[in-house]
Amino acid sequence: MNTKKKMNAGEFIRRGSVPMMFILICALCIPIAGLSPTYLANEIVTRMGRNAFLILSLLIPIMAGMGLNFGMTLGAMAGEIGLILASDWQIVGIPGMVLAMIISVPISVLLGLFCGKILNMARGREMITSYIISYFINGVYQLVVLYLMGSIIPIRHSSIKLPRGYGIRNTVSLLNMRQKLDNLIPLTIGGVKIPVMTFIIIALMCLVIIWFRRTKLGQDMRAVGQDMEVARDAGINVERTRILSIIISTVLAGIGMVIYLQNMGNIATYSSHSQIGMFCIAALLVGGASVDKASIGNVFLGVILFHTMFIVAPRAGAYITGDSMIGEYFRVFVSYAVITVALIMYETNKRRARREAGQELVKEQEKEA
Amino acid sequence: MNEAKTPLLEMRNISKDFFGNQVLADIDLTVGEGEVIGLVGENGAGKSTLMRILFGANMIAETGGYGGDVLINGKKVEFSSPFDAIAAGIGMVHQEFSLIPGFTTTENILLNREPTKKSVISEVFSERMNTLNRTEMSERAKAAIEMMGVRIDPNMVISDMPVGHKQFTEIARELSKDQLKLLILDEPTAVLTEKEAEALLDSIRAMSARGIAVIFITHRLQEILSVCNRVVVMRDGYVVQSVDAADTDVAQITKWMVGREVSQTPEANDKKDLSGGKPILKIEKLWVDMPGETVRNVSLEVMEGEILGIGGLAGQGKLGIPNGVMGLYPAGGSVVFDGEPIPLNNPRRCLDSSFAFVSEDRRGVGLLLDESLEWNIAFPAMQIQNRFLKNYLGGLIKWRDEKAIREVTEKYIEELAIKCTSSKQKARALSGGNQQKVCLAKAFALAPRLLFVSEPTRGIDVGAKALVLQALKRFNRENGVTIVMVSSELEELRMSCDRIAIVSGGKVAGILPASASVEELGGLMLSQVI
Repeated sequence: MNTKKKMNAGEFIRRGSVPMMFILICALCIPIAGLSPTYLANEIVTRMGRNAFLILSLLIPIMAGMGLNFGMTLGAMAGEIGLILASDWQIVGIPGMVLAMIISVPISVLLGLFCGKILNMARGREMITSYIISYFINGVYQLVVLYLMGSIIPIRHSSIKLPRGYGIRNTVSLLNMRQKLDNLIPLTIGGVKIPVMTFIIIALMCLVIIWFRRTKLGQDMRAVGQDMEVARDAGINVERTRILSIIISTVLAGIGMVIYLQNMGNIATYSSHSQIGMFCIAALLVGGASVDKASIGNVFLGVILFHTMFIVAPRAGAYITGDSMIGEYFRVFVSYAVITVALIMYETNKRRARREAGQELVKEQEKEA
Repeated sequence: MNEAKTPLLEMRNISKDFFGNQVLADIDLTVGEGEVIGLVGENGAGKSTLMRILFGANMIAETGGYGGDVLINGKKVEFSSPFDAIAAGIGMVHQEFSLIPGFTTTENILLNREPTKKSVISEVFSERMNTLNRTEMSERAKAAIEMMGVRIDPNMVISDMPVGHKQFTEIARELSKDQLKLLILDEPTAVLTEKEAEALLDSIRAMSARGIAVIFITHRLQEILSVCNRVVVMRDGYVVQSVDAADTDVAQITKWMVGREVSQTPEANDKKDLSGGKPILKIEKLWVDMPGETVRNVSLEVMEGEILGIGGLAGQGKLGIPNGVMGLYPAGGSVVFDGEPIPLNNPRRCLDSSFAFVSEDRRGVGLLLDESLEWNIAFPAMQIQNRFLKNYLGGLIKWRDEKAIREVTEKYIEELAIKCTSSKQKARALSGGNQQKVCLAKAFALAPRLLFVSEPTRGIDVGAKALVLQALKRFNRENGVTIVMVSSELEELRMSCDRIAIVSGGKVAGILPASASVEELGGLMLSQVI
């Protein structure tokens, strides 16, 4: 099917400008940082396995025209609750992870339903609305984890409970699950450890997304994403379709968070999820995605470039300024900057389209003259 | 069974009013199998409303339903939504495209009717998890395109297509519905090139030969005569003529469309002599990108002190002219006022050059609906000309001069007979006609040198209409303000204006004195319709 639009040179440069900039930054920083290629490759591969699934969860709402979905943070919280409970019940290794995922799914569905319903009321402002919802639900999450766990929801193990008898500690160790998935099929190539099983799951997820695009629901989502009114006139239930896209995204984010945390090996109970949405969105945008268009390719290019920068930039920064804190500063700064740039580009593209319509009229006049 | 064949569609005694405003009365329309009906009439004649009733549009039910019966194959039907109408075999191609821009022709033709393949997953979840059957999709789309008889690329993305192909995609979508018996085409040729229009007419003939009836709405009368069996002419909510296409010609149809009882012939002595006047506003090569009202190439001179009328059919660009000059939509070209060039896309500069604009979008652009009449009338003058302000500390602090504001508001309330409880009433609470008077008062309070008025009488009752037109005329005659008045109502223009420019196809088709006959003006209206 010839569904791809032919890209002219100008559009190619516009779309590719953000990834090009990051490739340039990485190319400059890598020699300055002076890291060994093996270390660098190891780090990139590890982080790719850690993060890619979470970023993939962003693709479906973009397809449905709901923009960059900060609502994935809700799924991340559901994943954390699943992991806290699974580790309290002392279910270890892969079964523990699977259990955590199973616990997270119904929570994710409920949160996604809630988020989707609200986003239907805030059409055209999905991004900022989902961002604020994520703060609101963070409050609910804290209530559950800080006050209800241990008092109403039974928590047996004191290792994860606060000394006062209820509430969860700042850090929950996942030593029993740490990298169990990554190491299930051990493989090392040239000193680079490959998390084979994680990659297989990510590859499967990509296949699922490709398959999903070809389903009726996927087609409906694309239609709704491009023109809600036309889709409604054709008999597509627009509201339901949009809610489904958010639910799917939230559920995938919950599962993605479990994969993310098994790699990290511990949960920062009150902060693991707080910036995950922003970093994932920034990574996707670095990969060349935009508010209304994102592909699997964008995910992988983004995750590689974004993380390479974070590995090399602090070293390079420390080398130049002598201050190692520059890395964390850089990470937050760049994330917000990339998101801002993406939003501005989205608006200017819309305006350019409008200007071009005017230019057509001028050309018509000239043709007649 | 020898009884007379029941017609495919029968509409009996249809009437419709919008909150007391009668727009359709006593409409009878019969369409036989495979018959092609040409439906013509000026804007506002009721064509679209009639078709909306037939197609079960939601807005009909929302505004209180309609009177009379619709029968399909002799059975009475009552459509509560377009989906019912579609199920009953009626298809409609609207003027605005209903296409997904990033989808291919095929995907759009089969939008939400895609053939699918079942899988294990869809058995578990729902039918929406079926995968699309691409091969069958392209076969069915191809069949529909072939039925239309026009060659379009089934794999081309809509946003890359020329406008004509979009139109054909819409028609193919209707044709791909197996149950289709009656197709309504609402000005389908408006966006087509001559060649494409020819092709469309051929495909209408082909559809008719297959037994699909077509109701064809267009302003291009020549097309009607060449393709239709019967012509139905509507005017002011009535069917005024229904004749065989073979028995009539363009001139006759035009007359039926616009020819009113010529009882309100404007008095000739009322008109200004413009022979000695100088042009105050020169517009050259204006283009305006206003959706649905595109202005392509307008050059126009407005004489000092005159009332210039701009008429034309809807969608031909007459509304785009004031909106473009005033900077509300992207525009290009040159505008010179009293020897001074006016930059486009800059509303503030227009207002500073003492232009004023009474928009056709009263509630959206014209009024601060939740503010008092005082505010509505004085606000622009306060903002733009620093009037109704008291200056303190050498102008550092400006306070509103409430007393002056009340005085000016009360003056206009009296002058324009605005019906309200007080000058503090909210603008939202007024009726349409009185809101329009407030819009005028607001523009008058600016004391402009040039006033654009767009559709000044749209949606207001007869009494208010006369008052509004009188007020405009008085403002022009007494204060010497040049007025450019855009209106769809030819009669209104003939009564109020000194000259009338007719816009057709985004260009000025001609300028005539207001005493020109309705036939002459009507001919210009249809001359360059695209």
